[in-house]
Amino acid sequence: MDTGLLIEKSVLVLIIFTISLGIAAYQTYFERKLAAWIQDRVGPDRAGPFGILQPIADGVKMFLKEDFIPKDADKWLFIIGPGIAMFTSLITSAIIPWGTDLELFGRTITLQVADFDIGILYLFAVLSISVYGIMIGGWASNNKYSLYGAIRASSQMISYELAMGISAITIIMLSGSLSLTDIVNKQHGMNWNIFYQPICFVVFFICSMAETNRAPFDLPECENELIGGYHTEYSSMKLGLYLFSEYTAMFISSAIIAILFLGGYNFPGMDNFSGNTLAILSIVAFFSKIFLFIFIFMWIRWTIPRFRFDQLMHLGWKVLIPIAMVNLLITGIVIAIKEGWFNELM
Amino acid sequence: MSLQIISIILGSLTIASALMVVLSKHPIRSVIFLVVTFFFISSLYILMNAQFLAIVNIIVYAGAIMVLFLFVLMLLNLNKSAEPESSILVKFSSLIAAGGLFLVLIAALKDSILLSKTYIPNNEAIGTVEGLGNLLFSKYVVPFEVSSILFIAAMVGAVLLAKREKQIID
Repeated sequence: MDTGLLIEKSVLVLIIFTISLGIAAYQTYFERKLAAWIQDRVGPDRAGPFGILQPIADGVKMFLKEDFIPKDADKWLFIIGPGIAMFTSLITSAIIPWGTDLELFGRTITLQVADFDIGILYLFAVLSISVYGIMIGGWASNNKYSLYGAIRASSQMISYELAMGISAITIIMLSGSLSLTDIVNKQHGMNWNIFYQPICFVVFFICSMAETNRAPFDLPECENELIGGYHTEYSSMKLGLYLFSEYTAMFISSAIIAILFLGGYNFPGMDNFSGNTLAILSIVAFFSKIFLFIFIFMWIRWTIPRFRFDQLMHLGWKVLIPIAMVNLLITGIVIAIKEGWFNELM
Repeated sequence: MSLQIISIILGSLTIASALMVVLSKHPIRSVIFLVVTFFFISSLYILMNAQFLAIVNIIVYAGAIMVLFLFVLMLLNLNKSAEPESSILVKFSSLIAAGGLFLVLIAALKDSILLSKTYIPNNEAIGTVEGLGNLLFSKYVVPFEVSSILFIAAMVGAVLLAKREKQIID
């Protein structure tokens, strides 16, 4: 075991952890500012210049509130629910390639914590277990509204995972690999998947919105029917963790969409650079794509009203899954013709 | 050597969480311990270099099947007061049935312990996606296609069952 590698990976993990949390915190600020801008208001402007310290003030407020556990709640499950939600939204960042190789202190550093052979399957494994945080929290609260929220969340996530998986298979077929590094490297320069698979991109984007429980898919917590949904009984930093995990998940899924469809860290004209300049530019390119998607997520939230539950199920099962399947079939046929598998038949 | 220590630790944790599934009084906690058990089993798969199997185990069992289990249990809202008191006869017969099953499992696994010594820990090609895909589409292509027909039959059956119920309501 190489000690340098161990130190390098630990530092990388620490940096990614800090960046994810920092971006998640400042997403709350930008969400409020953006909402204010769209609705022609001012937004938070008291804490610091332009209200820039608002996330810190919110965090302190969350920590200092009374931490209350209902009498009839299942105490341990009530506590681990938000923990699981936060954990699952953070661990996806382990497989994301953040940029091209960096050279520091005479070592080549890969800007990815773990280069899995099966990166995209790991992503789906984490997605499929992320429903536990909400389900366990909602059930353990021993409250009808919480349980409704939890059940809605789980049925919604299971339904949209299918269409998401099928559209991801299309990308896997196009790239010929399950590893996220390979998928990104296949899209070198401007050779992005979004130009080949626009329908697939739309399906995947809608599904990621549903998976992160963002409006217009925020039925698990819709206020006018369920009070607060699965986090009705939560207070203090436990509620904070649930809200925070949503923002972290939004950041991570923006990164995933950028990798699968917008070429990850690739940018046009990247062959003119090399070494550390290329690495830094690639990181900048990747993060600007992520921020673009975060902005679109927020833009949609403040534009489109929430779905009704039957509309949600209809969209998931009867619209998105058939579209994704037909798209998969056409992609398969085109690949087969290109590879010349039909030549003997014709 | 360190691999062996890790596998012993993970194996004992697997057994401990599997025991907690049976021993915990609350059905929801049992399900959660079962999910934890699946995670430990996946970690054992990863030690054997079977990454694909490990991840699929988590996606299918922990991610889909156990969520449905949890779903049903939450809707039923089982708790201690709702559980009927079982008579001594029921307890006795369940003891005999479980003991018989245990005996059969031990008898079946008795000889396979010797087989496991031939396993090579760092055989690269054994569990990767490429290795598995090559095997599935060459050596095992007929069983693979037959099982996919079985799955389609099950899916069509489920859809038909769900549809018929709707017609009765109409």
